[in-house]
Formats: sequence, structure tokens, C-alpha cells
Amino acid sequence: MNLACQSCKKQPATVHMTDITPEGEKQERHLCDACAQREGIMPKAQQQHVPIAELLTGLVADKASVKQIADMACPHCGMTFIEFRNNGQLGCPSDYDAFERALVPLIERAHEGASHHIGKVPRRLDTPRPTENDLIRLKRRLDKAIENERYEEAAMLRDKLKAIQA
Amino acid sequence: MMIDELAKQPGEWLNGQGPMSDIVISSRIRLARNVAGFPFLPKATTEQRKEIADLLHARIDAHATNQQWQYVDIAAIDELDQRVLIERHLISRQLADAPGAHGVSISGSGAASVMVNEEDHLRIQVLRSGMQLDEIWDEINDIDDRLEDKIDFAFHPRYGYLTACPTNVGTGIRVSVMLHLPGLKLTGEIERVFRAAKDMRLAVRGMFGEGTEASGDFFQISNQVTLGRTEEEIIDDFKHLVVPKIVDYENRARQALVQEKPLALDDRIWRSYGILCNARTISSEETMLHLSHLRLGINLGRIKLLDLPTVNELFLLTQPAHLQKVHGARLNGEQRSSARADCIRRRLSQVGNN
Repeated sequence: MNLACQSCKKQPATVHMTDITPEGEKQERHLCDACAQREGIMPKAQQQHVPIAELLTGLVADKASVKQIADMACPHCGMTFIEFRNNGQLGCPSDYDAFERALVPLIERAHEGASHHIGKVPRRLDTPRPTENDLIRLKRRLDKAIENERYEEAAMLRDKLKAIQA
Repeated sequence: MMIDELAKQPGEWLNGQGPMSDIVISSRIRLARNVAGFPFLPKATTEQRKEIADLLHARIDAHATNQQWQYVDIAAIDELDQRVLIERHLISRQLADAPGAHGVSISGSGAASVMVNEEDHLRIQVLRSGMQLDEIWDEINDIDDRLEDKIDFAFHPRYGYLTACPTNVGTGIRVSVMLHLPGLKLTGEIERVFRAAKDMRLAVRGMFGEGTEASGDFFQISNQVTLGRTEEEIIDDFKHLVVPKIVDYENRARQALVQEKPLALDDRIWRSYGILCNARTISSEETMLHLSHLRLGINLGRIKLLDLPTVNELFLLTQPAHLQKVHGARLNGEQRSSARADCIRRRLSQVGNN
């Protein structure tokens, strides 16, 4: 069953969201793409960054309250979340912390559920002691090697793991 | 000037060498980095862009590797030269159009380039012929290490390397392979490969063509997930899973064509050869189609009077900016089609005499 858009009452509603009114009441809204775009709820289709536009649309449609998120701003560069939503790019490294609440679901969607980096670390930050990262990484490489029947590599990785854990 | 010289030679990544080069035209890795202490480019002022460009230019020249690097200030070269760099995959269209200070450092070998102030402050890339992701990773990781010794990159304990767009965050890595898949295209199985690639969260794009639509026989496949996996895992997927599988499918499709329709196959290859040897005017699109058939014919041993590097070279030299550069004058669309046909005829007459 397709719901009709609550604004134009013609097109089928494709954007569904739960907004919180200033009085703190929940309010459900169902809009078509065009009306959602007109109200600034959904970013306009863009040529660049199509994937991010899609992600953001999904985020706003089913995650947190539009207003709360839209009001967030980075204390360092002044970028607002709305601004980010409209052009797909962040303003400075601090935005990752400033927008964390809204950004994490988006990052997870873009990266198959992941929100932690386990790859390369700059040498200046690298500790001589193996970190949790290194362990996870080794274990995953070991699993992969076994899965792909690369046993020589697997044996080498197993020894490495043992040495670290010892 | 450097770009004039460049335009006359085939790119290193088109030399037809390297493992699986009958199907894998080239492989590439790109790393996105930003300098700590500066805003990302959307919030950077004109002065900050200049400051970033000057800082990176100096550091890259001095430290990237032992080879000589040459910095090109993109705003200072004309549009045709910019297009030459784009056609050689040394810069992106986005860099050419970037506002404020922006440029590219190109390594002596022409295989590595570092774009400054594209979408991120730094986009390092290494491109090689055939399937050489391990070698590329060693090289690019080394460049990254050397730069990192002199520059603090924006790095977050949880999210890793921070990028302007969160779709690149973490490793900032984009691994891509350019594939020639005429067999799958002819047998109509290409759609299945695309669907499988998309299921694996890989992006598929058309290559050598106008725009990004996957038309023609050339495709670029690249990863989209950059976080929660190591660089090696992402590369391993291409090495052990994605590329061997597609190469296997393509080889099977080619063998099926040889066994079931050898006459139709040879007809297609030799007609393409005939057209390329005789055309007086030819579009870019038609050129790609026939060069693709020639490439297939060479790889299947159906046509022996040409080699792979010659065909690969023509892919590049028949692109609009290269044509005009070699020709030494601006050409309109009609003139380009005529110059393109001349260029191909000349090149083919040097190698084949039958």
C-alpha cells in the first residue's frame, strides 16, 4: 500500500520520518521526493557525490530528528550539518567529532557497518607495542588465508599471533 | 615543456606488460590525505589553499621518493594541457576545475602523481600496467610514509585518516583495476558480472568513453568501503577474489567464442582492422570499438601482425587532447575525426604490411 504525500497529496510518499515538535511530541510525516526537497529535508539530486546524497537521504528519513541534527555546528570551522548535507563534504577534521551522533550511522552505512579504522597508522603515532588493532588485523588475515587455502601464509600468521599473545 | 613531451609517448600503464595484461589493462591505488591544522577545502580560504599548496609542493619535491618529481601548477597551464593530463589519468577532471591554488606533482617515471587540493589536500596515486597491485601498494605506501615523516596528516584514533567526504574515511584508499571484457560483452554475460560486483560493494564505471556510463568494452572496478578493513584486506579482495574470477569468466567467454563462432569472431576482428587501416574520418567511440576488437584478436592469436603495446598506445594517442597536442593545433570535432583516422592509419601502416 502506497501512502500519498501529505504535502501535495498527489505523488506517492517516499520519504518517511519521525519529527519531534518543539513541545516534544512525536510527529510522523510522509512526503514525496519533490516536496521533501522543497522543504529542505532531502538534498537535491547532485552530480557529484551521488552515493553520499543517497546515504544522507536515508539518514534523514529514518534516523534522528531533522531539526536537532540540522542545528549542529562545528565550533572550529563553523560548518553546519545542513551545509554538509547539501554539499556532501565536511569543513574540517573536527567535524567528525562535532557531528559524531549524526555521522556515525552514515559512516556505518557507507562502510558495511564499520565505524573503526583498523588499517595503517601514521608512524609517528605507532606504538612499539602491538595494539588491539594489530591483533584484530592478524586474526582476520589468518582467517582469510585459511579460507583461501593459502596455508604457508596461514602458518606464518599463526606463529606471529602466538608470539604477540605470549 | 614537459607536457609536450608527455603527449608524444604512450603512458607507462599502457605498455601492455605485467601479469594478466591481456585482460587487466592497468591497476591503480589512490590514497586520500589531509594536512592536520587546516580546514578541509570547502572551508579553506584562498590564502589557506595557497599555503597548503606551497607546503605540499615543497615537501613532495624534497621527500616523496628518490626520483625527480615535477610540480605542475594547473592554473598556469592551458586547457589543452590540462586535458592531456586527464587523458593520461595523471589528474582528475575535478582537479582541473578546482578553485584557488591547485596542482600536481608527477614522478619521473610518470607512474605516480600527487594531486594537491583536489577534493582532499592530497591525493596520491600510483598507476601501472597489468595486475600489479602488490608493487603499487609497496610504492604508494613508501611515498605516504616519506611524506608522513614531514607532514602531520589529519588522523583520528577511531576513524583513521580523515577525509572531506566520509565515504573515503579510514584508509582513504581507492583500489581500481581497468579491465578489457569484450568476451563477456559479446556473450551478453557482462550484466551478471556487474551485479556480482555491486553485491560486493564495488563500483563499476566505463572507461575511455565519454562520461562514466559503462559503455564499450572497458570497465573500471573499484572498492567503495574504506573503513573497518585494512589496506591489505581491500587489496587482497582484488588479488584473490575479484580479478581472478572476472578474468576466468572472460577467458571462458573468449574460449566459447573461439570454439562456437570462430568465423564470426574472425570476421569481426578483421573488419575492425580493415576499417582502422582505411577510414578517412572516425569518431572516438568507433575507434574504441575497433581497437577493442583488435586487442581481442591479438590476445587470442587470431591476428599476429600487431602487438598489444601498439594498440594500447592508440587508445591514448587518439583521445581528443592528445590528437591536438601531437597535431600542434586546435581542432574542431570534424577535424579531430579526420586527424584521428590519419593517426591510426599511419601507426598501423608502420607495423602491418599485408
